Amino acid sequence: MFTYTIRRLMFAVPTLLVISFVIFALLDLAPNDPLGDLPLTIPPEVREQIRAAMGLDQPFFIRYLHWMHQFFVNEPLNIFEQLTGITIGDGERMRVLSWATRSPVVDLIVQRLPQTLWVVGMAYVFGILIAIPVGVISAYRQYSIFDQIGTFVTMVGYSVPTFFTGVLLIVIFSSWLQWFPSIYDTNLVVNDWSSFVLQIKQMVLPVTVLALYNASQIARFVRASMLDNLSQDYVRTARAKGVKEKAVLLVHVLRNSLIPVVTVIALGVPTIFSGAIITEQIFRVNGLGQLLITAVQGADIPLVQTLTFIFAVLIVLFNLIADVLYGILDPRIRYD
Amino acid sequence: MKRFKILLAGTVAALAAANSAYAGRGTDGDVKILFWQAVSTLNPYLSGGTKEVYSSSMIIEPLARYDETGSLVPWLVTEIPTVQNGGVAADMKSITWKLKPGVKWSDGTDFTADDVVFTWQYCTAPDGGCAQKAQFEGITNVEAVDKQTVKVSFSEPKYYPYGAFVGAQQPILQKAQFKDCVGAKAPGCTSANFGPIGTGPFVVKEFKPNDVITLTANPNFRDADKPAFASVTLKGGGDAASAARAVLETGEYDYAWNMQVEPEVLETMLKAGKGKLVNAFGTQVERININWTNPDPALGDKRSTVEGGKHPSLSDPAVRKALSMAIDRDIINEAGYGAAGKPTCNIVPAPDVYISTTNDWCLKQDIAGANKLLDDAGWKKGPDGIRAKDGVKLSFLYQTSTNSVRQGTQALVKDWWSQIGVAAELRNISASVFFGGDPASPDTFQKFYADLEMYTNNFDGTDPEKYLTEWLCDKIPSPANGWQGQNMPRYCNPDYDKIVAELSKTGDLAKRAELVKKANDMLTSEGAHIPLIHRGQVSAISAKLDGVRMNAWDSELWNIADWSRKK
Repeated sequence: MFTYTIRRLMFAVPTLLVISFVIFALLDLAPNDPLGDLPLTIPPEVREQIRAAMGLDQPFFIRYLHWMHQFFVNEPLNIFEQLTGITIGDGERMRVLSWATRSPVVDLIVQRLPQTLWVVGMAYVFGILIAIPVGVISAYRQYSIFDQIGTFVTMVGYSVPTFFTGVLLIVIFSSWLQWFPSIYDTNLVVNDWSSFVLQIKQMVLPVTVLALYNASQIARFVRASMLDNLSQDYVRTARAKGVKEKAVLLVHVLRNSLIPVVTVIALGVPTIFSGAIITEQIFRVNGLGQLLITAVQGADIPLVQTLTFIFAVLIVLFNLIADVLYGILDPRIRYD
Repeated sequence: MKRFKILLAGTVAALAAANSAYAGRGTDGDVKILFWQAVSTLNPYLSGGTKEVYSSSMIIEPLARYDETGSLVPWLVTEIPTVQNGGVAADMKSITWKLKPGVKWSDGTDFTADDVVFTWQYCTAPDGGCAQKAQFEGITNVEAVDKQTVKVSFSEPKYYPYGAFVGAQQPILQKAQFKDCVGAKAPGCTSANFGPIGTGPFVVKEFKPNDVITLTANPNFRDADKPAFASVTLKGGGDAASAARAVLETGEYDYAWNMQVEPEVLETMLKAGKGKLVNAFGTQVERININWTNPDPALGDKRSTVEGGKHPSLSDPAVRKALSMAIDRDIINEAGYGAAGKPTCNIVPAPDVYISTTNDWCLKQDIAGANKLLDDAGWKKGPDGIRAKDGVKLSFLYQTSTNSVRQGTQALVKDWWSQIGVAAELRNISASVFFGGDPASPDTFQKFYADLEMYTNNFDGTDPEKYLTEWLCDKIPSPANGWQGQNMPRYCNPDYDKIVAELSKTGDLAKRAELVKKANDMLTSEGAHIPLIHRGQVSAISAKLDGVRMNAWDSELWNIADWSRKK
């Protein structure tokens, strides 16, 4: 298992390098312009100078190498310096700067992580907590009223887009009932009970929207996996031996059914970091998803490039984790 | 819970009562502003975007501002220099500003002429990529005569000398803070760009780029009783409709900028009674540019260039005029703009002195007249209902940027044109591509690989001289100049060039107005473009907010020091 992991990690390096190049090339080929949003009153010759100040006048490969150097050398060195307080060289090195804000991309990402992890991460956790019992009961009582309702709700949750459910919840709970705020306050510091309550209140709507979507997806998986296992021979054997129904279901069937579900959950973790672009935008959570979409709209190439590359790293990493977990959970699978 | 609410209301009321008795700085709590396009930096010299210019205007200030009527107001100076008071040299080659005495930066140091000189140096430094550089064009020197006097010299007589340091685009930066951030080092000064020290009513407490700005009242602000608000929270992100909802329906916010929302949507939100809309009209005109050159793909490199030859059908003045006559501007306005627009036939729609009425025939739709005009010009309807002459069909590609209001307008216009035997193929292009100006892209508005294109343009400040130079013959975009040039219609008329040249040599305001009107009339009547809507700015404000004077000539937040909570 260990050598397998090492081998996969080694293989990930060239994969990621190719990914970074493809992203850079795609962004470069895209007919987008970082000055597209500026007022037309700014004349062309000034625009040319702004482009030059961004380094856009240099050839493609030079810009790619610059980014590689900034991302793989300067940024890690900078993190190291900040963590240890040791200054290497003169400490002055070019970091990956966003074009729109002219500030280091990594700082922006660090600033955005908390709200994304809180809202999108929580929604993922809640989604899983809802999905597993719903999936189990739906499968155990297949075609019962509960299963029918569960199937209906999960189908609706899966197929209705978040930009609809989000706005619907705002209209009902913010505009009409006025229970929850429609705008997420990223400045809120939780330091006592009342600010904690405020934090919960502002998280309710976005978390509900996302949890419904996540739960729908995972619940369908749990149900299908449970149904697969319920008809297996070992279940019949267990029942014939006189094992209690509760133990059959929760110990034998559930454990075996969760193996593919765990993989699906692990593969979904990177999506937490990439944020929920639409939901973050609707509730103004302003996390990583919103950061990415504003960067894409504004053609802020260093920011898009760095963010997408970090997502690529996470996806490669969690694919590996899912594979390893599979090997640990399922004794039939051996990699060595 | 209910009792708690009553208690809370009582406390608020008691506080409010206390406030009105002691009106002064920081007594009105927090004012919450919503910009649905989030603010990226607080240094307008590095961005140039409207959102950055507006948000930074609460912190850093120019020497003079425009008020809501478009007239100049001395801001950090004692008076507006003129030839009469000796502030402007008789040969119009220099202007001298006298700074207000006793103005302090928010860190407590003195605001001096050196800071003004530094601001000029900062923006004109090579490799800095300063977005406002054009405002300093023609300036040979800015010098500090003494601590309170700044002299700006021009290379040639400038008959409208109020360009530099006037308006929200060019606020004064503090030399002490930015002295190590000049030229190529400018973008690296993140903490200065995110927290400029200013003379304005507020100072930056925390700036989260593309998210939220927290400001507090400036303890060293020159007016001891202002600002009434202790803090400002400026949140960014989301979309215009939900921003409108946050002010007009849920009342969570006090002010929402740029309400580009369909009029009927706003109408329903206003029914909640929590706020109102305010509008102001600057110089923005939504227009359809007419391509005077041939965009035929068969021409290859010569496509849409002067070398490629004239447009086969749009070079006929009758066709250009008929296209304009067939449009009902009132309906376009009603459907897409509401309070944010009014029909216009001018390309210079404001200020009042420049408004011409010569072309007001276009305000009334005249389908029959347009049909007759085309009949007389020899364009005959074919079996498919589309007019043609000598094998050239009146069938046009009509492009614009992706935006629901623009697509709505396109559909309306297409329908009216079909009534005069003109076919239109509609196309929309993502705004960042269309306005991006990438010379490699075929879809930019400069390349104009279409017959007609629609967008909005305007000019800064109140003087249109520079704006009118956009239609000069030498401003035509072409491969030779890398498609840089603002003369999108490829209009070229030596008589027009003469008028603009005369304008740049005229100092007398009445004479200037006459020339501007003449140039404006020429452009519309010759059909360089079809003006559609004079677009205003619309913002939503809470019913509990007082003192907002909506301004289209400067930052909308220009007088935030005077805002207060309604009691």
